[in-house]
Formats: sequence, C-alpha cells, structure tokens
Amino acid sequence: MARKEYTSTAYTDVKDFIYGSAKNPVKLKNGMVIGGGDVYPELNFTLPTMSLNDNTWNTALDHYREIITKTCERAYELECPGFTCELETLPAMTFKPEWCIEVTKVCCEIISDFQSKKGIKGAFRITPNDNREGDQVTHMYKGDRWDETMKAFEGSGKVKGDTDLIFAIETIGGKEIHDDALMMCDLKKAVFAMGAVACPDMEKIWTAIVDIAHKTNTVPGGDTACGLANTAMVLAEKNYIPRVFAAMDRVMAGVRSVVAMEVGCTGPDKDCGYEGPYVKAISGNPIAMEGKTASCAHLSACGNIPMCVCDLWSNESVQNIQLLSGIAPVASFETLEYDCRMLRTAKKKGWGAQLQEVLYDSDSLIDPHAWIMRPDVVLEISKGIVKETGYYNRVKAACRLSLESIKKGSDSGKLRLNDKEKDWLGQLLTAAAELPDTAEKLWEEVKDDCEKFDPKKYDLPYEF
Amino acid sequence: MSVFAEISEQIQNGKVKGVKELVQKAIDEKVNAKDILEKGLLAGMDVIGEKFRKNEVFVPQVLLAARAMNAGTALLKPLLTQAGVKASGKVAIGTVKGDLHDIGKNLVKLMMEGKGLEVFDLGANVDPEKYIETAKNENCNIIAMSALLTTTMSVMPEVVEAAKKAGIRDKVKIMIGGAPITQTYCDQIGADYFTPDAASAADLAAKVCGA
Ligand code: B12
Repeated sequence: MARKEYTSTAYTDVKDFIYGSAKNPVKLKNGMVIGGGDVYPELNFTLPTMSLNDNTWNTALDHYREIITKTCERAYELECPGFTCELETLPAMTFKPEWCIEVTKVCCEIISDFQSKKGIKGAFRITPNDNREGDQVTHMYKGDRWDETMKAFEGSGKVKGDTDLIFAIETIGGKEIHDDALMMCDLKKAVFAMGAVACPDMEKIWTAIVDIAHKTNTVPGGDTACGLANTAMVLAEKNYIPRVFAAMDRVMAGVRSVVAMEVGCTGPDKDCGYEGPYVKAISGNPIAMEGKTASCAHLSACGNIPMCVCDLWSNESVQNIQLLSGIAPVASFETLEYDCRMLRTAKKKGWGAQLQEVLYDSDSLIDPHAWIMRPDVVLEISKGIVKETGYYNRVKAACRLSLESIKKGSDSGKLRLNDKEKDWLGQLLTAAAELPDTAEKLWEEVKDDCEKFDPKKYDLPYEF
Repeated sequence: MSVFAEISEQIQNGKVKGVKELVQKAIDEKVNAKDILEKGLLAGMDVIGEKFRKNEVFVPQVLLAARAMNAGTALLKPLLTQAGVKASGKVAIGTVKGDLHDIGKNLVKLMMEGKGLEVFDLGANVDPEKYIETAKNENCNIIAMSALLTTTMSVMPEVVEAAKKAGIRDKVKIMIGGAPITQTYCDQIGADYFTPDAASAADLAAKVCGA
C-alpha cells in the first residue's frame, strides 16, 4: 500500500481525545473492539534469567505455556471483558524464526482453547526482533536478517488458528546516528536520524509487514521508537541527559511511529511507545500504553499520564518469577485489569474527563516528558505537525513545537524545570531555530560526524 | 593560575583547542610530561567525573571533556613512552555475545579512560574467546563485561571458564555489570567485581590496577 500522509489530526476537540475510544476502533474476530469504548489490559512477559539455546528451548516454551495458561485463568476469574498478551521475542527467537513461530502457535492455541471453553476473549500480539544490526548487515531490506524477521511474521500469521493475532515490532532504523546524538545531546543529528533515516525506514519495513498481515489475515498493530526515544527517556531518568532533550525526542518519534499507520497499520499501536498519544491524535487508531505498571521493567517519570488516551494498558515486561501471590506475570495482569476496571467504571459514570485530568496533572507539572504527553499539548502540537508536509519538515516542526511548548509551560509556572534543564532548553531552542530547510542541507552539517551511518544500506541518496 | 590548573579548567570546559595549546606550551617549557598528564589532564577529568557523579553535569559535558583529554594525551604520548611511563592499567571491555546494548558499556569505557586507563573496546556481541585473546595479547589487568538481557548474562560464566582454561585467570580480574547484574550473581559465577554504575566501575578499576 502506498503511503498516505495524514493532512489533519483525527481529533479536533480535546474533549473527544480520551482513553478507550479511538476514531478508528479495531474490531477483532472474538468480539473485542479495541478503541471501542473500553480499555483492556495487555500483558507483556519475558523469561527469567536463563540461557536460550537448543537445549533450553523446551524449558522456555514451558515458561510461556505457564504464563499464558495462568493469565487466561486469572482473566476468567476476574471476569475481564477482553485482554491481549504480547510476546516480544528475544533475539535468538528471530534469528531462528521457527522458534518465534512455534511459540506463537503454542500461545494462540492456549488462548483459543480458553476462549471456546470458558468464553473469555483474548488476543495475542507477536513482536519479532529487528536484528538488522552489526557488521554482517550490508543492506537493510535484503539479506538474512530481513528474511528472518519477515519469515517470523509470516509463519506466525499462518499458525495462529482462530486466535486474533496482532503484529508489532520495534524497528531500529536511524539508531546508529541517534545513539551518538543522544550521548552528545546533538539536536541536529537527532533530527536527521528521525526525519531522514527512521521515517523512510519505517515506510519500507512496514509496507512489507502490512503486506504479510493482509496475506495472513493478521492485525497490523504498530511500532515504537524504543531504540530511539525510549533510550533517551531511560538516559534522562538516570540523569545522564537532560529531560527536555528526551521530551523533544519523544515528540519527534511521534512523526516516525505514525508512518506505520500511513502505510496501512490499523493499530493497536505498541505499548512502550510513549509517543503513542501523537500516533492516536494524528491517525485516530487505537494505542497500547504503559506507565506505572511498567515499573517492573524500567523506571520513568510518566506513571499516570500515559493512561489518559490509552486503549490497551500494559506492563512493558515482567520476568516469569514466583512472587508471594503467584507468578509475576499474573500479578502484573491483575494490576492491569484493576486499572482498566477503574478506567471503565469512571467512564460509565461520566467521570472520564475528570479522571483524565487527575492522571495528567499528577505527572505533567514536574516533568517535561510528561508535559508533552498532556492530551491538550499532544493535540496542539499534532495540529502543527500535520500542517507540514514530508518527513523532515514534520520532524523539524515536532522538534521546535515541543521545545516551545515546554518553554511556555515553564514560563507560566505550570511545569517545573530546574536550572540545569532550563539552561539546556535555551540551548536546544537556539539549535532548533538554526535547522536548515531541507534534510539535504542538514546532512551537509552533520555528515562529518556520522561515520557509523551507511546511507547506501538504506538506499538513501546521501553521500559523504 | 598554574599551567596545570589552566589545563584542568580547559578540560572541564571540553575545549579541545585550548587543551592542545596549553599542553603544547607546557611541553615547550619542558614541564614533566607525567605531571602534565596527572596534574593537568587527569585532574580535570577527576573534577568533571565528580560533578557527573553528583548529577551536576550531563553525559555530553563528560564526553566533551574526554575528547579534550584525548587530544592532550595524544600530544604527550611520545614523551610519555620515551620516559617509560605506561598507562596505569589495561582493560578489555565489551558487551557479551548475543547482546547489542552498548550505551552502558560505552559510558563505563569513557569513565575508565578518564581515569587514565587504557581501554580496548571490543564492541557489542563479543565472543567469549575475543575477551580472552585481547586480555592475553594486550596483557590486560581487567576483563570487563556488560549484559542487559537476562538471557545473555549467562554468557558471563563462560568467559570466566574460558579465562581459567586459557591459564590467565590468576592474572586478570573479571568485572561485570549491566542492569540485570547483581553482586550475588557476580559471586555465584566466580567473577571478581560488580558495580552498579559507570563512575563506580571506573573508580574500582583504577583501584584494582593500582592507579
Ligand atoms: C535502550 C534499550 C535498547 C536499545 C539499545 C541501544 C543501545 N545502543 O544500546 C535497543 C532498542 C536497540 C534495544 C534492543 C533490545 N532490547 Co533493550 N533496552 C533498552 C533500555 C530501554 C535501556 C538500556 C540502556 O541503555 N540503559 C542506560 C544505560 C546507561 O544503563 P546500563 O546499560 O544499565 O548501564 C549502566 C550500568 O548497568 C553499568 N554497567 C553497564 N555495563 C557495565 C559493565 C561493567 C563491567 C560494569 C562494572 C558496569 C556496567 O554502568 C552503566 C552506566 O551507569 C532497557 C531498559 C532498562 N531498564 O534497562 C531495555 C531492555 C534491556 N531491552 C530489552 C529487550 C527485550 C530488548 C530486545 C530483545 C527488544 C526487542 N524486542 O527487540 C532487543 C535486544 C537487542 C539485542 N540483541 O541485544 C529488555 C530486556 C528484557 C530481558 N528479558 O532481559 C529491557 C530490560 C526492556 C524491557 N523492560 O523489556 N534495547
């Protein structure tokens, strides 16, 4: 499918921009409607500390079986109206796509069995790895790494049976430039990485994945800028880079992640993309989000605010270890479902907007990354983004508008920033104002310091 | 201000040009090369490292300082070699096989260099043999491994074993780190040291090397 650039936001009034409801809900075969009013839990899980190889693969499968079975049981007991389980495969399981396919089959069968016997509604999301990294990779769109990932998708699509399956991935296009940009807080390089490399890469890889989804009757969900903006967020949380930089990076990632939707993804977008609200504002497609429930996987300054416009509510990842209550994934699932019950109940009582306000004000006054996730801020910036055309102009707009919004928040006393952050905000605003009007001109400014980047690998026209 | 203090200040401000000029001036004035290194360059890195630890500066400032220091050290290198001054210690560092997370490892490397250690960066996805080979060939005091995945940390004991097999276990200390790693794990697999962050990793490495 050819890319169709969104020319307006899906929402005009922020009042409509609320959790559980998406302009384009995704209807599953089992009756769940994601974005159709209710928020559902999405459980993420991973293996405990163990090595993964031919000898241990069956043990790994046993873990996954246990997790899905016990989660389905708990979903039934809690009378959960619908849920999804996501498996982000570990690299070895995409290097060997048969493993990815096998585990998808195992999980889908368990869900299907529970569905027919107990009447619960569950869906499965498979997220193979983007392994296109390292010296052996000479081209991003052909070769073993590309083939393995595509095979993992296609094979999974074929073995899902009657279970609703969703595709997702965390692609890494542009990361080789972006990693360095983060360490130096180099705004220009970050803009180039997002606008000139990550966006076109998203277009290519997602065109292929959407194609497979259509062929296998699978839901093309979405992609997160995990390798880009999440790296920034985690580094900021550790005080390694300024929070204002990570916040700006997140908004730029919104432009990148919405590209999946522009080439045919329907959502639900993937959980760890804290840029999800931008994806939803622009595309109207439902999104998965994570917040305080992801503290089992990483710390973050955005615990409540990600709930504001979520359609699935996730925990990012939890290891299958035993807790006092049971296995950690089930404990995590229970927390998620109770959160979702609260969201659903508030909405039923007509308090959705009030609850949303509590959620955003509780985080956004003390952290710039949370600030740029406020529904009003998201919608305002998104409207500015879609006024521009082309990846570079949109990323550039995202960069400038996010910094300006943070400045406005800070100047008005609504957002608290310390002096170090204010100092960096000033520097970044200056750098943003100096961005040239084309990606080609920006390339000339950054290319001397981009030795890890090979434009030919991406079929991009830039030359050293 | 002494030339040492001036160099240190330029390092802290990440001024490559300034550092180069001052180091050259000191060399021309026949100031002892080891003193320039220790009282000027490394002293400056110490200050910035301390500020980083106290959350007073961000990584980019540390990186700029490190760049400036490298520029200064490059000028001093021939003189230091002539005078028989060696790096205070050598470290082979890398992210283990199967793991591509390298940001934490890069920070550890950077902070170690800031302590005057010579660091051989093996990159990410490093085969166990590669650590051993480098440690052997370069006479490293330390092998430092990073792992971020719960499924790749189990490569660490393989490296410990490989060091034993290669007969270098008594010559090389093994240091491990990364988000899922703990002191308990370190003890369990028979590695020597674990620290939770880059600054403490560099401090400890310097101590181990007797710097
Ligand atoms: C950024 C990131 C990525 C980036 C990596 C970018 C890069 N160039 O490194 C990308 C997107 C590529 C990535 C990929 C993947 N990731 Co990742 N990633 C992270 C994330 C968000 C942050 C890691 C980071 O950089 N932290 C900042 C640095 C500075 O911290 P650090 O590494 O811990 O290092 C510090 C200390 O630990 C210490 N230290 C580090 N090394 C050493 C060494 C020594 C000797 C010493 C003494 C100290 C020391 O000092 C450092 C500085 O203070 C973590 C989340 C988390 N909580 O950590 C997930 C995380 C580690 N990733 C995870 C996963 C699952 C993956 C993928 C499999 C995802 C996927 N679906 O493809 C792939 C695997 C790729 C691979 N083959 O390795 C999981 C791991 C779960 C598990 N089962 O183990 C995590 C925990 C996320 C999650 N919650 O699910 N990831």
